[in-house]
Amino acid sequence: MSDVVLSLHQLHKRFGALQATNDVSLELHQGEIHALIGPNGAGKSTLIGQIAGNLRPDEGSVFLGGSEITRMSIAQRARLGLGRSFQVSSLAEPLSVMRNVMMGVQALQSHSFRFWKPVARDKQLLEPAYEALERMQLSHRAWTPVSELSHGERRQVEVACALALKPRALLLDEPMAGLGPEGSAKLTELLEALKVEVPILLIEHDMEAVFRLADRISVLVSGSVIAQGDSHAIRQDPRVREAYLGNDDA
Amino acid sequence: MINNTSSGVAKISLTPNADSHFSRKGIVQITLLGLLLLLPVTAYFLGHIYYVNLASRITIIAMAAVGLNLAIGYGGMVSFGHAAYFGLGGYVAGISAYHAFDFTPFMTWPFSVPGSDNLLVVWLAAAILCGLLALAIGAISLRTTGVYFIMITLAFAQMIYYFANSWPTYGGEDGLPIYLRNGLPFVDTTNALSYFLICFAGLVLAMAITSRLMKSRFGAALTMARLNDVRLATAGISPYPIRLIAFVISAVITGLAGALYADLNGFVSPTMLSWHFSGELMVIVILGGVGRLYGPLAGAILFVMMETLLGGITQYWQLFLGLVLLGVVLFAKHGVMGWLAGRELNE
Repeated sequence: MSDVVLSLHQLHKRFGALQATNDVSLELHQGEIHALIGPNGAGKSTLIGQIAGNLRPDEGSVFLGGSEITRMSIAQRARLGLGRSFQVSSLAEPLSVMRNVMMGVQALQSHSFRFWKPVARDKQLLEPAYEALERMQLSHRAWTPVSELSHGERRQVEVACALALKPRALLLDEPMAGLGPEGSAKLTELLEALKVEVPILLIEHDMEAVFRLADRISVLVSGSVIAQGDSHAIRQDPRVREAYLGNDDA
Repeated sequence: MINNTSSGVAKISLTPNADSHFSRKGIVQITLLGLLLLLPVTAYFLGHIYYVNLASRITIIAMAAVGLNLAIGYGGMVSFGHAAYFGLGGYVAGISAYHAFDFTPFMTWPFSVPGSDNLLVVWLAAAILCGLLALAIGAISLRTTGVYFIMITLAFAQMIYYFANSWPTYGGEDGLPIYLRNGLPFVDTTNALSYFLICFAGLVLAMAITSRLMKSRFGAALTMARLNDVRLATAGISPYPIRLIAFVISAVITGLAGALYADLNGFVSPTMLSWHFSGELMVIVILGGVGRLYGPLAGAILFVMMETLLGGITQYWQLFLGLVLLGVVLFAKHGVMGWLAGRELNE
């Protein structure tokens, strides 16, 4: 299929005796939100690490937009168009929102070995960053230090940082974590609007959000994908009910 | 290009509110720099050459600390080996003068390199050699972080220290005298005030470069590498080359200060390379305020004044230095500059 943006081919990762990722294959298509769910310890973080570049798989490969990125560094993947957000917000707190978002724009416009021109007046950096913030409805906070933002706003900044890269695919690791119902609803709305342009691989604990947002869902249990399908199929799947929904989160 | 952008974006403030130049910080900075310039000039015309040379010493050590501050304060790279660059710069001045004085070549193979007593040549050679040394040391050291980085930079500096100590050609542990200060065309560098003004220009230039650098894209990336290198990598910029280049620039500044120092004293010895000096530079940076543009200057003034004034009274002056450092670390986290000029916004 030509509209596959991100794909994983038979990934394996073993830590000692623990098979953390076992033959996982996934595809993220243009225009969709693909959710990855699974109980604690299912190997979600290990899988994300292999997609984002923190970990190398033992076997298998990762493709982004047709090029293999399995052995690339985090920064190389980002420049190729993989935007990501973290489970625990990872922003430079003393800096303003704008300065955080501008990093991605800077990476996109070739190298960072420009020593002379001040960034504070560099429209080539400021305007795209500002646009990314507007997309996340956060432009009014552009010059606020991240440390003064609410938890929910930080989540939005994280996504804006990823958007500044003009990504081909977004990898969002529990963006709803720690958000109240209101913040969660707002982010759900923003992500829904976003997916038309950038497909999203969503790792999420908030089942309500997953069932509402996801076009397709993959269920990871003990390192393997045990089911894949739309939210209706996943809700009905007996293996999923047993392994996941039945246990704790239902 | 810029004018074509949508008017909606252009209307909204794209820049944060700028600082007023006459803020408390601005006044403190101008006062520090002004005193450093005016006092030695006055002393010179009153005939107190000693104080002119003292000011040169402060200026040079401040410049060396400006270099270290770029690594520690702005880059988050706690180098405990910057004496290596300071000393190498000093030895370049010393060795070059030695061969120029003797009319012997520094080396004959593969090409003949004569000594030189021209400061411009000495500085260029010092900058290039310190840059190359820092490139090699940094390329290895920056693969580590934290305590390991501190220790590995210290280890490299100590290797160079012992090498200089045991190389008899250039004086070994006795050091190498510079009989006649290296010169510049049209300038009498042996004149104390002229030499002070050269050092002062060097310091101001080093600070101006640091300031400009930190406002550029490179500076933005370096700041992010210090605050959150995962964010930097996720944004698509590898932290390693950014840090390495900053480390090299930092070393070149400290190395040039070393060259000035050797010519000021007319003498270079392994002391300039020892870990004591690396430690002193770190103390100066911390005293003045880590990551503050004027921090190294404030720190160097305080350090050299304490050394001179208290050192004249008791040989245990470092006890008092220790107490002051303790006070700064405990009660004025942002150093003397933080205390005098208020906290700095990270914009």
